[in-house]
Amino acid sequence: MSGDTELQEHGSAQHSVHGTEPSHGVVEGNPFADPGLPEHQPRLTDIDEKAAKRSERIVAGLFLLSAVATIAFMVCYTEVPNNTSSIVNFFPLGAMSASNFALGVTLGVALFSMGAGAIYWARTLMTDVELPQERHELESTAEDKAVAVSEFQQGVEDSAWKQRPLIRRTLIGAMAVLPLPALWILRDLGPLPGTSQRQTAWTAGELIINDTSISLDGTQGSGIKPSDIEVGTLVSASPAAVLTAGDTTNDMMSMSAILLVRMDPADIKSQQEIDWGYQGIVAFSKICTHVGCPVQLYEQQTHHMLCPCHQSTFDLSDDGKVIFGPAARSLPQLPITVNADGYLVAKSGFDQPVGPSFWERG
Amino acid sequence: MSTHTADEEIVPTTLGGKAADYLDQRLGIAGAAKKNLRKIFPDHWSFMLGEICLYSFIVLLLSGIFLTLFFTPSMGDVTYNGSYTPLDGIRMSEAYASTLNISFDVRGGLLMRQIHHWAALVFVMAIMVHMLRIFFTGAFRKPRELNWLIGFGLFVLALAEGFCGYSLPDDLLSGTGLRILQGMLLAIPIVGTYISYFLFGGMFPGQDIVPRLFTVHILLVPGLILALITAHLILVFYQKHTQWAGPGRTDQNVVGLPLMPVYMAKAGGFFFVVFGFIALLGGLVTINPIWLYGPYVPTQITAGSQPDFYIGFFEGALRMMPNVEWNFWGHTLSLNILVPFAIVPAVLFGGIAMYPFLEAWITGDKREHHILDRPRNMPTRTAIGVAGVTFYGVGWFNGGNDLIATHFNLSVEAITWTARFAIFILPIFAFWLTRRICFGLQRRDRDKVLHGRESGIIYRSPEGQFSEIHTPLPQGDLHTLTAHEVHRPLTLTEVTDANGVPAPNVRRAKLRAKMTQWYFGERIEKATEEEYREAISSGHH
Repeated sequence: MSGDTELQEHGSAQHSVHGTEPSHGVVEGNPFADPGLPEHQPRLTDIDEKAAKRSERIVAGLFLLSAVATIAFMVCYTEVPNNTSSIVNFFPLGAMSASNFALGVTLGVALFSMGAGAIYWARTLMTDVELPQERHELESTAEDKAVAVSEFQQGVEDSAWKQRPLIRRTLIGAMAVLPLPALWILRDLGPLPGTSQRQTAWTAGELIINDTSISLDGTQGSGIKPSDIEVGTLVSASPAAVLTAGDTTNDMMSMSAILLVRMDPADIKSQQEIDWGYQGIVAFSKICTHVGCPVQLYEQQTHHMLCPCHQSTFDLSDDGKVIFGPAARSLPQLPITVNADGYLVAKSGFDQPVGPSFWERG
Repeated sequence: MSTHTADEEIVPTTLGGKAADYLDQRLGIAGAAKKNLRKIFPDHWSFMLGEICLYSFIVLLLSGIFLTLFFTPSMGDVTYNGSYTPLDGIRMSEAYASTLNISFDVRGGLLMRQIHHWAALVFVMAIMVHMLRIFFTGAFRKPRELNWLIGFGLFVLALAEGFCGYSLPDDLLSGTGLRILQGMLLAIPIVGTYISYFLFGGMFPGQDIVPRLFTVHILLVPGLILALITAHLILVFYQKHTQWAGPGRTDQNVVGLPLMPVYMAKAGGFFFVVFGFIALLGGLVTINPIWLYGPYVPTQITAGSQPDFYIGFFEGALRMMPNVEWNFWGHTLSLNILVPFAIVPAVLFGGIAMYPFLEAWITGDKREHHILDRPRNMPTRTAIGVAGVTFYGVGWFNGGNDLIATHFNLSVEAITWTARFAIFILPIFAFWLTRRICFGLQRRDRDKVLHGRESGIIYRSPEGQFSEIHTPLPQGDLHTLTAHEVHRPLTLTEVTDANGVPAPNVRRAKLRAKMTQWYFGERIEKATEEEYREAISSGHH
């Protein structure tokens, strides 16, 4: 609208067609009418047999290359050693297995040149005369529709679907409940949650195990004395129960993993946090309250703890409060003390569920 | 063939001919061959995007079958003693150990793993680009709305299939992905905890998730994808391909080259090109080196963990959402998770699925369309698409906020806050900008129609004025540039019936009129015949 007037002024002011040859390109009748399919322009290979021969040789060459690469693939399979010491460096992609490199390149060349040959053949030697084809009407004719409808109605009539509502209703009712067993039968996919989402392996007196001390087979580990932890260090730790958890080790760790941090008690802003710690050593759940990743990145100076998954940031010197990111709740603190042998143990379990929120959490 | 009359018997002489005759006597294949062997397909580079989806899916099937021969879908504990010495003696799941075995001890195993993973990325990316092509050219319009829905279903299934697949090796990265999924499932109101316990067979991670995902990944979802691809292709074949406007191309025909031999060679060859390209990627570019991550342990994580690219939007949305959580009546509602996990995807994906129906309702267009729209000629639709892409892009970008922060020395908080605003502001800006660009391009087309192409020849008039000579366009180009339809907004009088009686649902009619005003209120009119003649004759002054 406003654009139109603007356009016309624009057009007549600057883009007039001074000097255009009047006869050239000016169309009689409707200038925008469809002139129909343009005439076919022959390609070089259509008119020059030498060019066509050249195309033929290129296509055949690509097919041959494919066959050679296929055989090379099979040779590489047996001849290139597949071990971690046979490495090739291929700039800029870095080091990779020699076997993988050889097999990938030969297979890639075999496939690629096969395809390239076929496409080159199609583009240079097969017809490129564009042909029109009519589209058929998708919608049925009125006559067909009428026949279909009457056939359908005859079918309904013959079934007595309308006259026998008892059959109709019982069928619909029965069909409606029939899929339910498909849901019912899935009941044993898992146990009901019960209160398990609220429980961890921590109880009063549970020994705290240093994660780095756990043996490769997962059955041996050692406790931590307060003197093992210097101010500013961070220790990942687990309850001693994981050493005997067997198949459920990962389940237990995903709920009960904790972090021990030793801070100068003067840095700790909360009296409860000091009381629940031991000589400035405090224990927090390692499981992020957002969606459950282990929090890991500790900033020594600020006592900020960052979850690497979604960057929720917790202040470990202030009850584990959230200071940034999508997590909504503080990291729960585990009250700790030392046992008779001088090892750190839990003073009690967590006072709240750890990890991500869930509907029943409250 | 044309020399044969109807009752003249064709006696096959060659072996192929005899085989075809054998089949025809039992299946009547000549009827189908008659119609389809020389079926015409139009040619344009953008029509190969869907082919890439199909071919990468075939590559996925082939490489996937190989991988199932060696993969053990079990979370049972084993101690690793294979040839990758850095992990020697470490306790891990059988799934992870067998993936290490495929990578280091099965010849060609690593290649097949990498081909499979690269093909998955190519598959999802090609689907996205293919969908954008369909969207921006209006190829989803009647009669293809149903095929749009099938394609949308394929897109969602491809995302699910990809996520299941990369969760199988049970390495640290994939286990972290499952942990995040489980944390999000817990946030679902009322049934979330139950869904999580049923899916994982109890506590996270349990012993069941890998074998269950394996069945979903190799049987359930690929079966559905295969069925939907079949339906998708049957509809493409039956409804015939769309084509661009041009001389001789109408809504009633399809102009192009015959299936046999041209498209058999081109499409068949392109399959090998796609496969070869993916094989080269698998041979040359390391992807998902699970041996570097180690087995999944719920207490470990690596900084800078990144999912496959197609999960990036969801990841970014999760990182972006402020920490809103409501506690009431003994229950917890985690909006910080539900918004990015459920509400935003529901709106985005629902919008994608329903768009053809929304647009058809707004325009009231009930005709079949086989000629594609140039994106510039539908500025509002194009702008909606670009705004959607921008919205997705901001989320995707924020999915890598930690890596952006470390690589460019920025604060991750600043990036997240920028994204929180950008996800609202940038799509609006993109919408506005795209419309302006579309109108500008339409003006240029109009100008080309009226005044021809710049010839590069400068003309000096007797008065000393300089101007450039424009060459009028040939009729074919004039037709192509004016083949589109300029839509007009509905006014309220038009939504009353012939006697001026208001339509039964006035409020809906008013809404529709308003929507058409928004869609088509601003528009560039096509050059008329008179304007064209006027412009041509003004050249003789």
